[in-house]
Amino acid sequence: MTTVGHRSAEEIGRTAGGPRPVPELGAQIAAADLAHVDTVLASGLRLLAVRKPTVPLVELRLRIPFGGAEPLHAATAEVLAETMLTGTTRRDRVEIDTELALIGGELNTVVDPERLTISGNGLATGLPTLLDVLADALTSASYVDDEVARESARLVERLAVSRTQPRVIAREALLRHVYGDHPATREMPQASDVEQVTPEAVRTLHAASVLPRGSVLVIVGDVDPERIAGDVERALSGWASDRPAAAMPGLPEVTGGDLLLVPRAGAVQSQIRLIAQSLPRTDPRYPALQLANLTYGGYFSSRLVENIREDKGYTYSAHSGFEFTGTTATVGVDADTANEVTAAALLETRYELGRLAVVPPTAEEVESVRQYAIGSLLTATSSQAGLASQLAALTAAGLGAEWLAEHPRRVAEVTVEEVAQAALDFFAPARFTGVVVGDADTLAPQLTALGGVAVGEPGQ
Amino acid sequence: MAETSRTSRFTLDNGLRVVLAPDPTAPVVGVAVHYDVGFRSEPEGRTGFAHLFEHLMFQGSESLEKLAHFKIVQSSGGTFNGSTHPDYTDYYEVLPSAALERALFLEADRMRAPKLTRENLANQIDVVKEEIRLNVLNRPYGGFPWILLPPVLYRTFPNAHNGYGDFTDLEQASLDDCAAFFDTYYSPVNAVLTVAGDFDPDRARELIGKHFGDVPHRPVPPKRSFAEPPPSGEVRGHHTDPHAPLPALAVGYRMPDPVGELDAYLANLVLAGVLTDGDGSRLQQRLVHREPLVTDIGAGAGLFGPFEARDPDTFSITAIHSPDVTAERVLTAIDEELEKLAATPPDARELAKVTARWSASLHAEHDRLMSRTLSLGAFELLYGDPSLVHQLPDRIAAVTGADVAAAAKALRPDSRAVLLVEPEGGAK
Repeated sequence: MTTVGHRSAEEIGRTAGGPRPVPELGAQIAAADLAHVDTVLASGLRLLAVRKPTVPLVELRLRIPFGGAEPLHAATAEVLAETMLTGTTRRDRVEIDTELALIGGELNTVVDPERLTISGNGLATGLPTLLDVLADALTSASYVDDEVARESARLVERLAVSRTQPRVIAREALLRHVYGDHPATREMPQASDVEQVTPEAVRTLHAASVLPRGSVLVIVGDVDPERIAGDVERALSGWASDRPAAAMPGLPEVTGGDLLLVPRAGAVQSQIRLIAQSLPRTDPRYPALQLANLTYGGYFSSRLVENIREDKGYTYSAHSGFEFTGTTATVGVDADTANEVTAAALLETRYELGRLAVVPPTAEEVESVRQYAIGSLLTATSSQAGLASQLAALTAAGLGAEWLAEHPRRVAEVTVEEVAQAALDFFAPARFTGVVVGDADTLAPQLTALGGVAVGEPGQ
Repeated sequence: MAETSRTSRFTLDNGLRVVLAPDPTAPVVGVAVHYDVGFRSEPEGRTGFAHLFEHLMFQGSESLEKLAHFKIVQSSGGTFNGSTHPDYTDYYEVLPSAALERALFLEADRMRAPKLTRENLANQIDVVKEEIRLNVLNRPYGGFPWILLPPVLYRTFPNAHNGYGDFTDLEQASLDDCAAFFDTYYSPVNAVLTVAGDFDPDRARELIGKHFGDVPHRPVPPKRSFAEPPPSGEVRGHHTDPHAPLPALAVGYRMPDPVGELDAYLANLVLAGVLTDGDGSRLQQRLVHREPLVTDIGAGAGLFGPFEARDPDTFSITAIHSPDVTAERVLTAIDEELEKLAATPPDARELAKVTARWSASLHAEHDRLMSRTLSLGAFELLYGDPSLVHQLPDRIAAVTGADVAAAAKALRPDSRAVLLVEPEGGAK
C-alpha cells in the first residue's frame, strides 16, 4: 500500500522538539454523596433506592436467593426464569411486552445456583407500570402449559449452543473439578433434565421459592427515594410470606492441587482457568487483596498481561478477578491461548503467581493499582445502570451505598506492606488449582512435563 | 434540550475538528479520537490491516515507551480501548476529571509521532491472531454475520472482505505499509477529537491548543466512494461451521444511504424494532412463539449497530433454527411478514412501542459517558453534526406507519443476500 511520498516508520516516530513530559494530574473532585433510602419492608424485602437524575430513566434490580438441592432444581429454576414473564392472571405475554414497551422499558429474568435476578429499566415516569408488571409476575405468573413447553424446547436448543462455547465448556470443567457435585456447579442445567420439567413443578417452585424475605430490590434513577418506599410497599403488597428465600449451601474451601487437562479434540485454542480461595469484601484485608489482584492480572497494565500478551503475544485476553459467593470469595485467572504456546503461557502464569507472592509489588505498582481501583469505581458507578448493578452486587454481602461511598478511602489507606502480605497469603501458586481445556494430543506432552497437571474428565 | 446547547465545536489550524460536551454530574471525563478510516479503506492483499494498525497505535511513541500508554491511563484511574469499524477507527478513554490533560496529551502524542517498530508489529500480529482464534475460529457462529454476510451481499473488495483479516495477509503486513497508512489517514485533518463529561470548556480549549496545536497538518486523503449496485437477484452463500450445533441463516439487504437519506434510514431502524424488538414484535411473535420455527431471531440496521457506516450499509435479519426446520420455511415466513407490513402500515400504538424503547435506549446510552463520547465523535465524523445525537428521539418519533411500510416494501426477496450456516456435524 504505497502512497507517493510517505515518511518512513522511523521518520514518523521522531519530531524536531523531541519527547515531551507527561502532564501532572490535576486536583480530583470527590463524587457527590448519593441520596438514598435503605430499609426493610414489612414483607421482609430489603429496598435500596438511590436518586441519580442524570437521565429521565430508572433502573431496577431484584435479587431473590434461590438455592435448591433437588436433582431437577437447576432445570426447573431455569424454565421458571424463562417463563416468568410470559403471562399472569392479568396479562398475557404480548400485553406484558406492550405495557413495558410503551414506557420504553423491559424486564429480564436470569437464574444461577445462588439467586433469581429480575432486572428492568424504563422511563422514570413509567416506574408505576414497571412495579405493577413486576408485582403481577411475582404474585401471579401463570406458567401456562404451552409457554412452558415452548420455552423448554427453546432452552434445550440454547443449551446446545452454549455448550459449544469454549468459555462455557471451560467454566463447567473448572466448577466440576473444584466443587465436584455441589449445587454451585449447576450454572446451566442438563438438556435431559429440562425435558422432564413440568408446568406443575415450575408453579410449585415459584410458590415455594419466589419470596420477599431475604430478597433485595435496588432502584436507581431519576426518582425520589423518600417517596419510593411507600410506592414499592403498595405495589408489592400482595407479595408476602413468613418463610425466607432459600440460600445456596456454602461452598467448600478451594485448596490447591493439580490442574486437570480436559480434552477437547481438534480445538485450535486452549482455555487456561486457575482458581484459589480468596476474601469477601467485608474482610478488613479485602482492599489490600484487591490491589494485589489488580497488580497480578486484574487490569491491562498488570504483570500477567504485560508478560503473556504484550511481551510474548501468547494471548489476546488474560485476566484475573474475584468471584463472590455467599459469604466467601475466590480469585480466578483466565487466559485463552494457541495450542503451540499453551504450556509456555501456563508456565509464565504460574511464574507470575510465584513472583507476586515472593517479590513484593513496588510502591509504583501499588500507586498505579490504587488510582485505577478508585478511578474505575467512579467510572463504573457514574451511570444509572452501572450504579444499580454495583449496588445489587454489594447487597448480597449485606453492604450498600455507604460501603461504596467509603471504599475509595479504604483503598487510599492501604499500605504497600499490606498489599505484599495479601499477595503472599493469597497468590502463592500452591494455593491454586484449575483446568486447561484443549486438544489433549497436542498439549499433554508439554503440560504434563511442567508437573502438577493430570489429564482427564473433571469430577471423576 | 440543555445538553444540545452546551455542545460546542471548533477546528484547529491543522484541521483537527473538536467537539466539547460538558456535563458536571459525575467527576469523570471522556476523551475520544475518531479517524476517518476503517476496514473498507484497506488495500487488497491487506485484509485486517486497519484493525491491526489500531493495535499498533497503543505500542509507544516518541515520548512514551511500549506499555506506557496503558500504564498512564490506568494509573490515572482511567479505562481505555479502541475499535475498528467499516468507515472509522476510534480510540477512547474515560478517566477521573483530574486526568483530562493527560488524556489529551496521550492522544496528541500518538497522533504526532507513534513509534512503529518491526518488533511491535510482529507481537501485535500474534495478538490479533489470538483475538481472531478467540472470536471467530474457535467459537460457534464466530464472525456471524459480520464477516460472513458481506461477501455474499457485496461484490467489491472494500465492502465484501473480512475486516478482521486473513492470517496470510496479516503476516505479510510490513512496517512500510504501516508508515503509508499512518501518513495517509492519521492526519489531524482526517480526525475528530471529542471531550465529554466534567470539565471547564475554556480550560479544555486551552489544553487542546497546547497539545494538539503543533501536530502538523497533512492533506486530507482523497474521498473514496464505496458505492456498488445492489444485487440484481437473490444471491446465496453457504458456510460450514465446525463448532455450531444448529443451523443459522442471515439475510442481508441494502438500505437507504445512512447520511444522505437519514429519515429513510431511521424508518429502517423502526422497522427492525417492529420486526424483532420484544415478545410483541412481528417476527418474535410468529417465528419464536406462534409457529415456532426459530430459537432466536434479530433484525437491525448496520452489522455492528446503526450510525457506524456511510453508504452502502446493510440491513440484516439473523436466526438460529432447529435442523428440523428448513431455511426456506424461515425465509417464507419473513417474506410474508414483510409483505403484510408493506400492505398494511403498523398502527400508532405499535410505533409508539418502538419509539419509546428507542428513546429510553438513547438516554441510557448517553448516561454511559464512554458511549456518549463515542457517539458525539462518530456523528461529527459521519454527519458533520454531533448535536444530531440529541435530535434522534424526535426524528425517530416522527417516522410514520407509511414510512415503515415503504421500508418493508424495499426489502425485496429478489435483491438480497442469504447466508446459510450449516453445522459441520451434517445437520440438515
